[in-house]
Order: sequence, then C-alpha cells, then structure tokens
Amino acid sequence: MADSTVAVRVNSALRTGKKISPARILIYLILISGSAVMIFPFLWLLRSSLMENSQIFIYPPQWIPEPFMWSNFSESLTSVPFGQYFINTMTIELFTVSGVLFTSIMSAYSFARLKWPGRDFVFALLLGSMMLPYAVTLIPTFMLWKSMGALDSVVPLTVPAWFGGGAFNIFLLRQFFMGIPKELDEAAYMDGAKPFTVLWRVILPLAKPALIVVGIFSFIDVWNDFLGPIIYLNSNEKFTLALGLATFKGLYNAQWGFLMAASATIVAPILLLFFFAQRYFIEGITLTGIKG
Amino acid sequence: MHAKSSGISRMERNWGIIFALPPILGLLCFTLYPVAASFFYSLTNWSIGSDWKMVGFDNYKTLFTGDPLFQKSLYATSYYALGSVPIGLIVAFTVAMLLNQKVKGLSIFRTIFYLPTIVPSIANTILWLWIFNPDFGLLNSMLKSVGLPTSQWVYHESTAIPSLIMMSSWSVGNTILIFLAGLQGVPSHLYEAVEVDGGSRWHKFWHITLPCMTPTIFFNLVMSLIGTFQAFNQAYVMTEGGPNNSTLFYVYYLYRKAFTESKIGYASALAWVLFIIIMTLTLIVFKSSKRWVHYEEGGR
Repeated sequence: MADSTVAVRVNSALRTGKKISPARILIYLILISGSAVMIFPFLWLLRSSLMENSQIFIYPPQWIPEPFMWSNFSESLTSVPFGQYFINTMTIELFTVSGVLFTSIMSAYSFARLKWPGRDFVFALLLGSMMLPYAVTLIPTFMLWKSMGALDSVVPLTVPAWFGGGAFNIFLLRQFFMGIPKELDEAAYMDGAKPFTVLWRVILPLAKPALIVVGIFSFIDVWNDFLGPIIYLNSNEKFTLALGLATFKGLYNAQWGFLMAASATIVAPILLLFFFAQRYFIEGITLTGIKG
Repeated sequence: MHAKSSGISRMERNWGIIFALPPILGLLCFTLYPVAASFFYSLTNWSIGSDWKMVGFDNYKTLFTGDPLFQKSLYATSYYALGSVPIGLIVAFTVAMLLNQKVKGLSIFRTIFYLPTIVPSIANTILWLWIFNPDFGLLNSMLKSVGLPTSQWVYHESTAIPSLIMMSSWSVGNTILIFLAGLQGVPSHLYEAVEVDGGSRWHKFWHITLPCMTPTIFFNLVMSLIGTFQAFNQAYVMTEGGPNNSTLFYVYYLYRKAFTESKIGYASALAWVLFIIIMTLTLIVFKSSKRWVHYEEGGR
C-alpha cells in the first residue's frame, strides 16, 4: 500500500516534470533550521522585554509573558534620560550623514571623472587607509581633539565626516559614478557647464540609489558607534543611545526585563529602516564586496 | 576646438583638486599625522599629567619581556580570530551555497539570515549576555530541557572565547550577501560544460564554484581578519576582559592602558605592535593568494 502511493507520487512527479529530490528536502531543512537559529535570539529579546522579573527567573522558561509588562519599556526609558540620548544621537546623525554625503559625493566625482595630477596616488592611499587598524590612529586623534579643547562635545564625532566621509563611501560612489556614461559629462562641458553643474544636474540624479546606500550605512554607523562616544563623551547629558544603553546596563545589572526593553528600543528603529530599505542594503554590500 | 578641450582639461584639474580636498586633508590630519604621531609617542614614556622623555624601544621591550597581560591579550585575540574567521567564512559560504540552489522564498531566507547583522553592537552584546546566562539564559534552558549538560559560557575562563566565537557566527549576514552575489556571478556555461562531461555535483563545486569564488573568499578573509583582531565591544560590555583575563581583547587592553591608566606612550607601542601583526597577516594572505586565488582570464 505504502509502496504503491510512493509509486503514484513519483509517477505524477515525473509526469508534471517536477523533481522532489532528497537533496532539495535537505536544503530546505537546513535553511529552515538555520533561520530558526537566527530568529530565536530576537524572540528571546522580545519575550524577556515584556516579562516581570519573577516570570523571567522561572525554570523551565516560559515564552508568553503573563502579564505583558509594557511598563518595562516606559520605566526603563524614563529611569535614565533616553529622550536626551536620542536627541544627542540625532544631532550627531545630522552633522555626520550630511558631511559624509557632501564630501564623499564631491570627492568620488573627482576620483571617477576629473583628471588631475596625483589623483591615482591619492586614491590608492585612501584605499590603503581602509586596511589601517583604527587602534593606530585612535590615541593621536584623541590627543589632537584634546589639545583643541574639543573633548566632551560632538566635534570629534562629527567633524571627521566632513573630510571625505570615509574611504569606503568614496570607493562605493566612485564605483557607481564610473558606470555612468562619460558622454553625458562631455556633452554638458561642450555646452559650457562647470564640473559642479555636471555633478549636480547629470550625475546625482542618476546616482540616487548609491546615495541612499551611503546615507543609510553612515546613519547606521553613527547609531551603532560605541568606541567614539565612550572616548570622547564624559558628561551624562551628552551621551548617545549606544553609550546610554551601556551605562544603563551598569545600573540595572540583573534587571533583564528592563535591559531587554531598553535594548529592543534601540534595535527597533534600525530594524524598521532595514525593512523599508532592504533593497539598498543588499545592493550596497554587493556593490562593494564584488568589485573589491 | 583644440583651445576648448585644453580649457576643459585645465578646468578638470582645478575643480578635481578642489573637490578632492576634503579627503586629502582628512588623510593628512586623521590618517598620516596620527600614524606618525603614534609611532613617535610609542618611543616615549608619556603619561598624561606628567613629564615625558624619549625612551627608545623600551616600551616594546617591556611589552615582550615584562608584561604578562600583553601576552594574555595577544593569546585571547588570536584564539578569537582563528576561531571566528574560519567558522564565520564556512557558515556564510554554506548558507550562500544553499541560498543559491534556486530555493523558493530566497528573499525571505536572505532577510532572516541578514537580520542579526543589523542589530546594534551594544544591544547585541547585552542580548547575548542574557542568552549566555548560566541559570536562566536561553542556551542553558534549551540544553537542560533536552537533558544535555549545561555550560558557564562567557562566565568561565575555558568557555568564554568559544562562546564569543559562537556569538560572532550569528551575525555573518554581510559575508553571506557578498558570497551569494559572487556565486550568482559564476558563469553558467562553466557548469554546463561539467554536465556535458558527465561530472557530478561535487565536480561542479570543486572545479568550478570554488575556483571562481576564490577572489571573493580572499576579500572576505582579509576584511574579517582585520575586523576580528580589533574586537572591543564584547570585552568592554560583556566580560570586562574576564574571567581571569581570558577575554582581554587586544584593543580593550590598549583602551585600558590609554584611557584608564593614561599611559599614552605604552598604549601607542601596543597600537604599533597590533599594526605590524595585522600588516604581516594581510601580507601573508596576499602573498599566498597568488597560489590559491584565481582571477578570470584577462584580469579585472
């Protein structure tokens, strides 16, 4: 009986031209269990963030909070000034992302399109600087800002973005600009346009996806940056969200409900951004990884 | 006509330099100057708040002969890098290979495998600290429920680094995406040629996929080596270098020397030793790459 049903199924599979090979079943099994491993920590984060401490410390662990402690969120977010941290983070975001976009667009255009002596040398230096460990430049850069009296301010965290915006971004944009036909620029020059006009009117409208990629990546870099804020910011009212969360962890050491609620709050905006702009993430990473 | 085109090239030169000024100044102020200054500092006994003098290579001598913590941190960091780099690459490559098998729901799987990568590092470390909790954490609860022995994870000297390696292999989304794009770029006529010759799946993998992917593997290898040697947040947030300095990551040790103990000279020597280690490793990978990295005919 069992044999005959299998035979029928195989027959119909052959007739419809579909192949149900054991290998494919195995592939899906591995992918699905892998996905479960990826998702589980998120569920753990969410369930813990909504639980009372008494329920968190029960064995065997329960997955559904009872009651749903929405107050974990309100209490953890008001026990330290997370609102202030959010404003501080967004201030740094504003100055950094605009600086990155402005200067990386200009310089990537210059490296991709304009000929000047020493251009390739400077570009090679820039690429080389990507491989330089940040630990090497960390201390002198700190001393530099210290000597200028800029410690405990947003200056050391934002001003460097206005100096090229990072080799990675310049590289990514240059790569993209080089894919735009050069005849477009030449035609504009013949009409008497200046490089700035060409960049603004010809290149930028075509390069929107790449600009969004650079904008999103630098936004996330600022959001996640931790070493920068712990080195440069001392006073609590200037902390960023990442630094605030780390401080919060020191204050509420075993209060896992609070800690998870605060962590979830910092994860959520980035997750949202990712869901809305997924395409750009994938394109951006692929663009730099493959041609690198 | 000729006058006009030479005018354009002069204009390109002027504007080109102006447009590239920000990164040129940035390179000078935030890369070249700090690299030179850091080497200079490393030759001094400078501590913030006291006089300094040149001490030659004394800091380096102390590092290698009189600083057991330096050795511990070098060991912890190398252990972590040697574990997490190959495991991360293998996990990412396997997932990318599976995703490349014309699976249904590719974009859903891709999203799921990428999600952990975008979790902000601080939230990530706090979450995993809770997952690793020996009494009520996710991992031990699961192990207990199926009757397996539990572990102290990051709370014990011998399991701390393996735990961090495991944690790092959770978020390899970037590497997966880069591998996946690489796999999709392997020319299909090469596979067809193997099929014509009657080759098996294994032949396809070994003779086509792997050689075509070596440049991508090489890129990911170099980038993740550089990244893991500079791990910091896990040590700062999760373990504070412990237990018993088993997770004293190099950059965390450097941070403590520079910013808690204010030993600028000594910390700069630490930075330069790390610089040399990373450069040497990268050079070795680059040199060896001639033997195992295949570029397409005609070069790229």
